Amino acid sequence: MSKTLFDKIWNAHVVKSVEGGMDVLYIDRHFIHEVTSPQAFDGLRQRNIPVFRTEKTVATADHNVPTINQHLPINDPLGRFQVEKLTENCAEFGVDLYGLGHRWQGIVHVIGPELGITQPGMTIVCGDSHTSTHGAFGTIAFGIGTSQVEQVLASQCLLLKRPKRMRITVDGELAEGVVSKDIILYIISKLSAAGGTGYFVEYAGGAIRSLSMEARMTICNMSIEMGARGGLIAPDETTFEYVRGREFAPQGTDFEAAVAKWRTLFSDPDAMFDKEYHYRAEDIAPMITYGTNPGMGVPVDEAIPTAPMPGDSLASFEKSLGYMGFAAGENLLGKPIHHVFIGSCTNSRIEDLRLAAKFVQGKQKAAHVTAMIVPGSKQVEQQAKAEGLDQIFIAAGFEFREPGCSACLGMNEDKVPAGEYCVSTSNRNFEGRQGPGARTILASPLTAVAAAVAGEIVDVRAVMN
Amino acid sequence: MEKFTHIISTAVPLPMEDVDTDQIIPARFLKATTREGFGKNLFRDWRYKADGSPKADFVLNNQTYSGKILVAGKNFGCGSSREHAAWSLTDYGFKVVVSSFFADIFRGNALNNGLLPVQVSPEFLHEMFTAIEHDPQVKFIVSLEHQTIAIAGTEREEQFDIDPFRKVCMINGYDDIDFLLSLKGEIEEFERVREGEKSGILI
Repeated sequence: MSKTLFDKIWNAHVVKSVEGGMDVLYIDRHFIHEVTSPQAFDGLRQRNIPVFRTEKTVATADHNVPTINQHLPINDPLGRFQVEKLTENCAEFGVDLYGLGHRWQGIVHVIGPELGITQPGMTIVCGDSHTSTHGAFGTIAFGIGTSQVEQVLASQCLLLKRPKRMRITVDGELAEGVVSKDIILYIISKLSAAGGTGYFVEYAGGAIRSLSMEARMTICNMSIEMGARGGLIAPDETTFEYVRGREFAPQGTDFEAAVAKWRTLFSDPDAMFDKEYHYRAEDIAPMITYGTNPGMGVPVDEAIPTAPMPGDSLASFEKSLGYMGFAAGENLLGKPIHHVFIGSCTNSRIEDLRLAAKFVQGKQKAAHVTAMIVPGSKQVEQQAKAEGLDQIFIAAGFEFREPGCSACLGMNEDKVPAGEYCVSTSNRNFEGRQGPGARTILASPLTAVAAAVAGEIVDVRAVMN
Repeated sequence: MEKFTHIISTAVPLPMEDVDTDQIIPARFLKATTREGFGKNLFRDWRYKADGSPKADFVLNNQTYSGKILVAGKNFGCGSSREHAAWSLTDYGFKVVVSSFFADIFRGNALNNGLLPVQVSPEFLHEMFTAIEHDPQVKFIVSLEHQTIAIAGTEREEQFDIDPFRKVCMINGYDDIDFLLSLKGEIEEFERVREGEKSGILI
């Protein structure tokens, strides 16, 4: 029988099916970080049980860490305690930790792929909703709560109901100035912040195939922002070439054998999806958000809608615009902004930094804008320095920081002050996400860096060389 | 996990859509390493001003409304996977959240913590909001056993869905982890079979 890519991977990981339609799903890789794991380790301690498969578990510190002076102790005592707790727990339970000071430290969804830990066909979980990022390699990857972190630590399995399948096909070619972040913001603006709930999404079509692995990760990363538990893309030559030679990837003949298996990972031509959507890449413009959920997005040159999306109340729409200080029907081109944040598990990889550096080279940020580049990992940071990108940013008046989740969620000191606008390459524009009262405008690295230079919202297509 | 069978309570109305987990518990309060004490920061930035004084217009600061049931607009719990959202709701005293639509991860986290997510039709949700507006003391009867939610003193009642396995777990206070640990032999057998297929390749 014809199967979707999702079902092929899922079926290969079912340990047993349970009455009532739940499956016990085996998990190949479990990433953990300091914020959502301490209570899970406590649970193991209370039960007096070990981590069942330490070799399938990898830890890093990312959410809480400062992005300056990482060699010094963390100032915030609570943050420091949480990071220290992770170190203690990993030592006690025998889990590999790439923590602060380690050459592989970084945002969990950046280091997994760059170290070759993430490989096609795997099931991957982490106590973080952006685990969907790893789906770019043709994996079933999704975020879980802390109780489930404990379950995976204890048994390497989860008890789950199989989600429905959705396919989103994007064909055609992207226009200049339009990048993968714009594709996913466009899709979410069409489907809404809840449009994917209950589904696992496969992204397909020529426009997706033509993307690099890093660009694919940006798309899969934001699957959760339309409510989908995860999103995946069938692996192809681009995927295999990315994985080849990485630290934890199979090597030599093992790699060739792995690729032979990975080539079977695609949706059969007549596989059935519960829902399908088709879009044209030519219809996609640089996108920005105007509201307080990622579904509230518009092409940068179009006005904010005058009414809420179908099914949303006027009260919520007005509350959202009130928080942002925008009016229904307002066009945001020329709107002054105060901060630019280029970073997060969505857009902090080397290609994002290269794209931003290429635009900013020889230019200056606007005087009233604070602009911050936060690389996704130590390896990205080192690569950027090797290419001289850090110097381009510094010369343009940007700060070039050390790796971490940073201002995406403002758990460390990197916060946006109340009432100020931040054009951010992160994934969530929720109220207070970047700090109490902060106003977030989501955009691509290209749109963000153009805003930093102009000091206002601009259509990057109009200011590219 | 605490057992759950049924509840009769007044309800707190929060008629907003897309209430995300950053609103339920902002990230800066996720630095604790235990599960306790999150209730005091539930809906922190909607509930308190920057100086810590209560915002009079937020429903949790309005003594007219109280109870163990939170009634909210669609897509409740969207966003981050933080289980702290469920912990903060239970720590505050809620036992049930009613909405016309829940985000997936939140729903799972709630069920793992004895907090019952009750998904009702948009029409019934509207009726509940109207009933509370008309009489803040109106009670709702939630029966997990019968999978029903009713507006007390009326004939209005609706059925809700829950996975049969989850229902048994909630009623008996079982955790998934006990079940998964009982499967250790089968999990090891699964690993042996798969490794035999081809070492080092994980599909």
